[in-house]
Amino acid sequence: MLKYLASRLLTFVPTFIGVTLISFAFIRMLPGDPITVMAGERGVSPERYQELMVQLGFDQPVYVQYFEYLKGIVQGDLGMSFVTKKPVWDEFFALFPATLELSLCAMIFAVGLGLPAGVIAAVNRGKFFDRALMSTALVGYSMPIFWWALLLIIVVSGWLGLTPVSGRISLMFYFPDTTGFMLIDSLLSGQKGAFSSALSHLILPTIVLGTIPLAVIARQTRSAMLEVLSEDYIRTARAKGLSPYGINGIHALRNALIPVITVIGLSVGTLLAGAILTETIFSWPGIGKWMVDSIFRRDYPVVQGGLLLIAVMVMIVNLTVDMLYGFINPKIRKR
Amino acid sequence: MALLEIRNLSVDFTTASGAFRAVDAVDVSVDKGEVLAIVGESGSGKSVSMLALMGLLPWTATITADVMEFEGRDLRALTPKARRKIVGKDIAMIFQEPMSSLNPCFTVGFQIKEALRLHMNMDRATRHKRAIELMDMVGIPAPESRLNTFPHQMSGGMNQRVMIAMSIACNPKLLIADEPTTALDVTIQAQILDLLTGLQRDTGMGLILITHDMGVVAENAERVSVQYAGQKVEDQPVYDLFARPHHPYTAALLAALPERATSKLLPTIPGVVPGQFDRPKGCLFSPRCAYADDRCRSTPPIPCGSELGLARCHYPLNATEEVKA
Repeated sequence: MLKYLASRLLTFVPTFIGVTLISFAFIRMLPGDPITVMAGERGVSPERYQELMVQLGFDQPVYVQYFEYLKGIVQGDLGMSFVTKKPVWDEFFALFPATLELSLCAMIFAVGLGLPAGVIAAVNRGKFFDRALMSTALVGYSMPIFWWALLLIIVVSGWLGLTPVSGRISLMFYFPDTTGFMLIDSLLSGQKGAFSSALSHLILPTIVLGTIPLAVIARQTRSAMLEVLSEDYIRTARAKGLSPYGINGIHALRNALIPVITVIGLSVGTLLAGAILTETIFSWPGIGKWMVDSIFRRDYPVVQGGLLLIAVMVMIVNLTVDMLYGFINPKIRKR
Repeated sequence: MALLEIRNLSVDFTTASGAFRAVDAVDVSVDKGEVLAIVGESGSGKSVSMLALMGLLPWTATITADVMEFEGRDLRALTPKARRKIVGKDIAMIFQEPMSSLNPCFTVGFQIKEALRLHMNMDRATRHKRAIELMDMVGIPAPESRLNTFPHQMSGGMNQRVMIAMSIACNPKLLIADEPTTALDVTIQAQILDLLTGLQRDTGMGLILITHDMGVVAENAERVSVQYAGQKVEDQPVYDLFARPHHPYTAALLAALPERATSKLLPTIPGVVPGQFDRPKGCLFSPRCAYADDRCRSTPPIPCGSELGLARCHYPLNATEEVKA
């Protein structure tokens, strides 16, 4: 197991280098540069422009800049934001809990609803629930996130007035962010109504962000279950006199989980990508919004560092998923 | 009273190309402690009739029967929940493919104990003890350490032993073995059959052995029921069947045994079992029968009396002169 882990970690190295290369190249391919953007409409004199170029290291050839950047990463230094002059690392960890909280909630929403829905659909194959669920899932999957978000805001927040439109918590509350997770912090603060305010702010972004993973998980669970339900060992389980719950929920689901877990792992990538859009729409102060803002400001270190950290996050999640396979299905367990 | 009594059982499958009758008016009865063999080619409805009894057929199957009683209880009238109390406890079944019939995600110990937890009301420690005892009974060496192995870590023969241990866990009154040795090596086949008949003798349970191997029938069964294309064509005690088969199909099956071959060329039954679209109008066996005439081809026969082994034939073989008249 340890040997397997080590070999898997080793494959991270090329992926890691690839990510740095791509993020480094892409942001530089965008027209415009940080200095022009920072100067804004006032503009900047050619002398001052040259001076800043040297100061920010842009006078060096690109490959030298890249190796300087790599050298920094190896030492754990992701650079400083051009705009805020704070280390990228600090900014990331100040904002990351917000994204993590939203992503976790979206994942719980997607798995919690998608898994049972897929199982029920498979068991009732061809019946009304199955058809209704699968067509709904297809709609959910094909719906553009921004449009779905706006629709929900108009109906739920606007017409019905049930949830707030944006932000993480009502302005009436203030407390120190001990953990960075608003749900936990609001509970710790002990202020009345703080928790429910945080919760109500979470509902819409969670639904919006979780919709696509929910649809994918439900469909994947259904097809995996259908395959497993025709297996011989399911017949054996039925011959034992097990209840439908014992057959479908234990014997079948355990075998169907492998492809579902894979999809869940892959959804984490989608989720973080979706978070960028969702956070922008709901003014959610997480890394998604931070990344978008930084791209518009041509804040090279932030974009590079942010992308890198997100990529590492996705890699870790997928490694965890691979490790989980063995626990779920002993047949593919490594020694 | 018979342990199991099924009369006029029919199973129809709805398929994309119309209804298909897989089992047609079959009677099955088994007494306590009796060993019944059901023989027939592939596609003759042997397994389907037993799966219908167990309630294991997919929803596309329609099951009809005049009588379907186990120990005098009408199985058709039971709720699914009440039926699950009988299936798996009093009636148990083992299958053809031991490797795929066990769940790959759970240890064999878990799978054996599951049946005990479900039907026997045992606490954890008793279940553990009983599982070891069962694995010992079916001849698995070092049962205690084998409890924690997964099906893929054992051979096919060992897995079939686990299946047997699982099926006899709740002391069933009737055990249905659906071609239990087909997927196994010849040497293992004999061991498994010995184990099954031994267990049957020790516990006095009824045993239904589904097979297409006449050798297995001769060695293990007391009574034989021959099925062809979904119909029961003959039913006799094993000795009488081998001595005086009444249905031409039974006779042809017996003639095809290598041990009985007299010429250098092994006799075969030409053709295949009729499928959904080529069912003959008259006797279902008539296209392949050496004795068939126009009557056979036009009028379906009804079963003869028990003195002729209930043979479903217009011209039963080996009939004595008195019976014939």
